[in-house]
Amino acid sequence: MSDHKTMTINLVVWRQKNANDTGKFENYTVKGITGHHSFLEMLDVLNEDLIHAGKEPVNFDHDCREGICGMCSQVINGMAHGGQERTTVCQLHMRKFKDGDTIYVEPWRARAFPLLKDLVVDRSALDRIIQAGGYTSCHTGGVPDANSTLIPKPAADESMDAAECIGCGACVAGCPNGAAMLFTGAKVSQFAVLPQGRPEAKQRVLNMVQAMKDNNFGNCTNHYECQAACPKGINVKFIARMNREYFKAQF
Amino acid sequence: MEFLNTSIGRKMIMAVTGGSMILFTIIHLLGNSSIFVGPSGINSYAEHLHSMPLPIIVAFRAVMLALFVVHVIYGIQLTLENRVGRTSQYALKANRKATFSSENMIWTGSLLFVFIVYHLLHFTFRSTPGLKLVTDASGHFDVFAMVASSFTSFVGAGIYVAFVAVLFLHLYHGIQSFFQTIGQANDSTLPTITTVGRFVALVLFLGFASIPLSILLGIIKG
Amino acid sequence: MILDGKSPTGPIQQSWDKYRFDLKLVNPSNKRKYTIIMVGTGLAGGAAAASLGELGYNVMAFCYQDSPRRAHSIAAQGGINAAKNYPSDGDSVYRLFYDTIKGGDFRAREADVWRLAQVSNNIIDQCVAQGVPFARDYAGYLDNRSFGGAQVSRTFFARGQTGQQLLLGAYSALSRQIKAGTVQMYTRREMMDLVVVDGVARGITCRNLVTGEIESYAADAVCLATGGYVNVFYLATMAKNSSVTANWAAHKKGAFFANPCYTQIHPTCIPQSGEYQSKLTLMSESLRNDGRVWVPKKKEDCGKHPNDIPEEDRDYYLERKYPSFGNLAPRDIASRAAKEQCDDERGVGPGGRGVYLDFSTSIKRVGAAKIKERYGNLFEMYEKITDEDGYKRPMRIYPAPHYAMGGLWVDYNLMSNIPGLFVLGEANFSVHGANRLGASALMQGLADGYFVIPYTIGGYLASIKPYGTSTDPSEFKQSADEVKERINKLLNVKGKETPTHYMRELGRLMWNNCGMGRSKESLEENLKKIPELHQEFLQNVKVAGTGAEFNQQLEAAWRTQDFFEFGPLLVRDALNREESCGGHFRVEHQYDDGEAKRNDADFCYAAAWEYKGENKEPELHKEPLKFENIHLAVRSYK
Repeated sequence: MSDHKTMTINLVVWRQKNANDTGKFENYTVKGITGHHSFLEMLDVLNEDLIHAGKEPVNFDHDCREGICGMCSQVINGMAHGGQERTTVCQLHMRKFKDGDTIYVEPWRARAFPLLKDLVVDRSALDRIIQAGGYTSCHTGGVPDANSTLIPKPAADESMDAAECIGCGACVAGCPNGAAMLFTGAKVSQFAVLPQGRPEAKQRVLNMVQAMKDNNFGNCTNHYECQAACPKGINVKFIARMNREYFKAQF
Repeated sequence: MEFLNTSIGRKMIMAVTGGSMILFTIIHLLGNSSIFVGPSGINSYAEHLHSMPLPIIVAFRAVMLALFVVHVIYGIQLTLENRVGRTSQYALKANRKATFSSENMIWTGSLLFVFIVYHLLHFTFRSTPGLKLVTDASGHFDVFAMVASSFTSFVGAGIYVAFVAVLFLHLYHGIQSFFQTIGQANDSTLPTITTVGRFVALVLFLGFASIPLSILLGIIKG
Repeated sequence: MILDGKSPTGPIQQSWDKYRFDLKLVNPSNKRKYTIIMVGTGLAGGAAAASLGELGYNVMAFCYQDSPRRAHSIAAQGGINAAKNYPSDGDSVYRLFYDTIKGGDFRAREADVWRLAQVSNNIIDQCVAQGVPFARDYAGYLDNRSFGGAQVSRTFFARGQTGQQLLLGAYSALSRQIKAGTVQMYTRREMMDLVVVDGVARGITCRNLVTGEIESYAADAVCLATGGYVNVFYLATMAKNSSVTANWAAHKKGAFFANPCYTQIHPTCIPQSGEYQSKLTLMSESLRNDGRVWVPKKKEDCGKHPNDIPEEDRDYYLERKYPSFGNLAPRDIASRAAKEQCDDERGVGPGGRGVYLDFSTSIKRVGAAKIKERYGNLFEMYEKITDEDGYKRPMRIYPAPHYAMGGLWVDYNLMSNIPGLFVLGEANFSVHGANRLGASALMQGLADGYFVIPYTIGGYLASIKPYGTSTDPSEFKQSADEVKERINKLLNVKGKETPTHYMRELGRLMWNNCGMGRSKESLEENLKKIPELHQEFLQNVKVAGTGAEFNQQLEAAWRTQDFFEFGPLLVRDALNREESCGGHFRVEHQYDDGEAKRNDADFCYAAAWEYKGENKEPELHKEPLKFENIHLAVRSYK
């Protein structure tokens, strides 16, 4: 353990007062960081320092701090969530950095995600994609017994692979085109492989694809940066499946 | 039509047009490799092609032109749309999966466009200067002489090697992209598709480049 | 005042069905004339908003996050219980009912728990219909596992992310209603106050967290599904921004707060590594199925590498103290035992607050591959946080606050003592008694949201005329003004220390004196120290920025302030309850072997506290608990 060794970190942080402000980078130095600090705890330390110094603390989205809520959303050194495999910012620890490192911290940047303040963006466009069809239209109550439809384990597993998405938007932030294909593909696929999802499969994929377009997301160019950025490792095969579903829906 | 209104639909059209052109390219290479047999090989191959009924030739060329035009137009249109997907750029952006090839499809595509136009003017319409256009006594055009005359200079051969190198870059990303876009890839097949696709791109490059180089280096002689 | 929980009478098996039939209905064409406010969109709130919207009511839903998909229900790992008895291993609605009452140490209402057990089966059907990808066996049937020491396999799960999948199910149902226009979704809103008009809950005052505007919303009923309050301990497994704020606002407007001292401490969390730590992370207690818990026998061994401590110098204290349950002893018991060892200065890791959870025996028995298959994701998470490899050296674990069984008092209809104010999920006190069993929180949230509130709220609404959504009554403006004034006060202190500093200090007091072991002295000390610290906070806090903008410091300060006011109530309740039961352990009340000693003669009631004003002692109201179906018995896990 490296409890006794502490690091000094140089931060270059995007500061922007609100959507209309142009925004700029500010340089900060944080001292006394250990390898056990999470990245967000390092930002906490920065903020405590800034407040004590009479300066404006940095606003950043965070909540569960255990990698599941999808709230934290920072681009660190050019990589959404910092580039550690299958890790959100809140689970990224400072032991991945070295004493004296300079770290760039930026917000998600995409046309579909207007900036609210500093590192905080508005991701409601993702909600609107789900609203366009990311559900089965079952009523509360009046549904059959859970075991009345058998679902092969491989299908259930495949569906779960897709359903693991935490909706953080890293795929959009990482995509050179600001596309939400991985997000949408995962949701389309989760339902497409389950019998419960088949009755509405056609309309679902058409509506959700249209919603991506309506909400200013870009297109897919198969770079697969989304998969690299995804903290849950969602596979681009779900984009392929969405494409397939979309094609089938034409007939 | 809604299909063409969304990027997925247009990308599928791009995939299918691109895929068709890849198929054409493969057949083109197979046909062209008859040059390794010597002048008689390529000449009889050309003879065979030109002896097809005119309507078939015209129809084929029209289809190829259509594929080409659609691919180019959608390529440009989608790229322009993608450029505005991000309004402000990262100060630092580290790509982890994107390749030089995947990032520069629009540029390799543009170069291919220029090359293909040149190539058509060169060998199809035979309107570029310095071509050796010979017709033998029985009225047969000597394709071999024309080709050989173009590739005896470093510049002439170099242009074509560069041309197929760009093609390689385009297909390095393009072939696997075809399968992904039409939805025929998953996590177990995509790595193989990618590797095979890159291999095919390499084979096309080596195959096509070997013709001008062989002529330049005097391996193929008239 | 003796409170009436409005529990139905008669045979418990028919209680809910009969009660449901007797409830008044709202005519379908009249439903759209009623508006319901739903605060919180986790399992309970999301499910309720979707269901009520679908029934035809107008619903306004609020959450502080940027999307209803992020509520902390999402973090539940293990699973959800239901009495389906698919494995045919002897489960039944009655057994789930029995286990929940017993697990709650006989401090919950029988009728409420029965209803929960009964509708548990509908929940699974509902979620499957929504496309929740529960684990399946190779024949395609739903898979079950045993969880938290239950003797039957009744837990349904979706990998280690059951809470996430269930929440996303509710979120998708909610999204469908948003699209249909029956639910208006307001994100990034914090409920700051409850508006009560003529004794009836009529609306809320919110802060728009993006613009800072103070907004008023009026409706015919207000539902709070705002979660638990264990962030009062600062270091807890809750989301950073979850707070007591909404519940406390309701409490100050007259809603009784019941059993606040019932807080659950989860035994298998990753220990704190330093002062800067912002939260604690839980690892599923399924780890205890294969891990052996121990500490060094000798104090001087605590600093050694665990693998250098020979077998004979290790104290497998759970196996020693509870030979039959061993490492699977219930949460409260395992947690207290860990604290005992650390208090005995035999804890390990930073600050000596940790015990080992050792997999080497299991790895020898079944192989590392098998362990990886079972818990791979947890080992990965442990390594990410601690940089230690759990396969090679024992994990370090320590208990952490995890769940609040207490909450706002509600009757059988889930309505608080304020007419028109309903409370759902963890925010209410209803079904878990003094201790919650594993995989029961998800069950309660969804039961309340899908299958209880849609019926019971109809009974209430059928009895009133629609008020409309006008915020004209003067109480709305008055509430908004009070909120603005309180915000300005905070901003104008302009002191020296940050809200986080005070929250950390408050948490320390709460954890040390009112955590796993509580004594009269420690509690009284807190009743003295918390107000002192609160005063210091009010005079020395520094809130950066202004009120009219996105300001996370102001959010933190507001929540901290509410925790300061709430903390003493929790302490007072703990002081009042002169017994040990479930998650509440008073060191004065234990058997010779250290087991909790319940006092049914004097404390078989729910303690509901009424707010009497600032700096005034709250008033205690009791709701006696009757056990007609299950005999009160000592809870033993030896």
